[in-house]
Amino acid sequence: MSVLELANISKHFGAIQAVNDVSFTLEAGEVVGLMGDNGAGKSTLVKMIAGNFRPSHGTMHMDGKELILHKPAEARQHGIEIVHQDLALCNNLTAAANVYLGRELRRGIGPFRILDYAAMYKRAGQLFAELKSETRPRDLVKQMSGGQRQAVAIARTMLSQAKIVLMDEPTAAISVRQVAEVLNLIRHLRDQGIAVVLISHRMPDVFDVADRVIVMRRGRKVADKKIASSSPEEVTGLITGAIEQVA
Amino acid sequence: MAVTLDQTIAQKQHTFLSRLFASQTFWVVIAVILACLFLSVATDAFATQKNLFNITRNITFVAIVALGMTFVIITGGIDLSVGSVLCLCSMVLAVTMHAGYSIEIGILASIATALAIGAFNGVLIAYLGFPPFVVTLGMLSVARSLAMVASNNTVVFQFGPDHDKLLALGGGAWVFGIANPVLYMILLALITGFILRWTKFGRHIFAIGGNEHAATLTGVPVRQIKVAVYMISALSAGLAGIIQTGWLGAVTTNLGTGMELQVIAATVIGGANLAGGVGTAFGAIVGAALIEVIRNSLGLLGINAFWQGTFIGGAILLAVLFDRIRNFRRSD
Repeated sequence: MSVLELANISKHFGAIQAVNDVSFTLEAGEVVGLMGDNGAGKSTLVKMIAGNFRPSHGTMHMDGKELILHKPAEARQHGIEIVHQDLALCNNLTAAANVYLGRELRRGIGPFRILDYAAMYKRAGQLFAELKSETRPRDLVKQMSGGQRQAVAIARTMLSQAKIVLMDEPTAAISVRQVAEVLNLIRHLRDQGIAVVLISHRMPDVFDVADRVIVMRRGRKVADKKIASSSPEEVTGLITGAIEQVA
Repeated sequence: MAVTLDQTIAQKQHTFLSRLFASQTFWVVIAVILACLFLSVATDAFATQKNLFNITRNITFVAIVALGMTFVIITGGIDLSVGSVLCLCSMVLAVTMHAGYSIEIGILASIATALAIGAFNGVLIAYLGFPPFVVTLGMLSVARSLAMVASNNTVVFQFGPDHDKLLALGGGAWVFGIANPVLYMILLALITGFILRWTKFGRHIFAIGGNEHAATLTGVPVRQIKVAVYMISALSAGLAGIIQTGWLGAVTTNLGTGMELQVIAATVIGGANLAGGVGTAFGAIVGAALIEVIRNSLGLLGINAFWQGTFIGGAILLAVLFDRIRNFRRSD
């Protein structure tokens, strides 16, 4: 059974049709590259899965049960994590505080509970070590490099037992070495049976790490095929519209 | 020996001292201490028990409101209505007690008024997207006008059956001869400091000030927290109003006029950033202290009181200048 199934999902903002009648399934332990030009509807689609937007039409099913999300916290409860394109970090807080933002660890009894700094520093440190990133939990995010910021955002998704991790352009603004690190991390997630959706403009990254590629153009899905049976040339054609649609 | 990844991760970048020297609050504390030492030597009147009692008590009203304002400023907002809210809450207390009700009912009515105003401000700002500056500017006008309506613009100085209790509450010195308002200030500062440092709510306030969009995306209840901070700000103004009523023994409708600017000045001098994301309880108190010491010293040194504004304005600019210099160095 597929871990996530989207059926005829549409989203419009007023007269603008951002996503139009998109259906696809997501299997556990699968990396799916989601590609398309700017404004093709990739981010909107992902934001619906993450609970930021509600679909105008269509349904989502997770493990066979209907999935209705009103806010991001509910998506998290279902095991859906997202790494936002702008990383959604607070510069004035430490790395550990950012990792735990919105789900801070606390200790104490009943209503008298205080933030558990020690535990958050410790666990954040472990996650950075797992990611092989030289990121110090106590440092302010303000002072960090692009790769470290990425590590902080990705560490967030590893806090709980995620089933699906959505990544919006994770390799857009980092160095070549760090791209390799992020791709390794994606494989690491996949090997744990997590389904990863990778939104990217970078053809090499998608063909390097993804099992399947979904191409969107003007809000519609125009292709959904195995990486092995596709080629960068074909995908480029699909993105630009040179190739209309493939089965 | 090669440094392993784990060692790098475990490394603490900042020692206690380096953090201390990098904080604006620390330098303001030094300025306050130096000013006090100088005044003790230069004048006979400064280091007297009576003058110190006066200074500490005068700090409190601005400081208590500044504590509430700190919450708002950390979220990146501003509350211009605090002076008027202080006046309205004092007036509600005074009028209620004057009408013969007990002090408990008077205080309850006063606090309820403060919370209602804070909630009104907060809802307009958080749910309807009004700019904080505009909403609280409007409330500055509305609250003072309501105070005039409530009292028919008269001075209230008789507080019914619990008159003496109210005066003792604000004017007494129950512990070690320390003025009561000072005790309230210390208590409220401790509570504020605790909330900011140790609670989830406090952490979320900083997150909203740092990156409101990120806070929303990560599931922080941004709107509810924004309403809460404006309620806290109004509540602190209300509490300061109650205490000040007890201390003064009379309420006029021009109480707290222009106070919002002193309060904002105190928080900024103490290290809060109007752009949001930075601020401490201790800083608010220290900022209020510096302003009061400047004011007191000008009087004692025989400098014309008209110069007050110049010196306080200078202190604001100097405090922020320190912050700018540090940032320049960092961006190099």
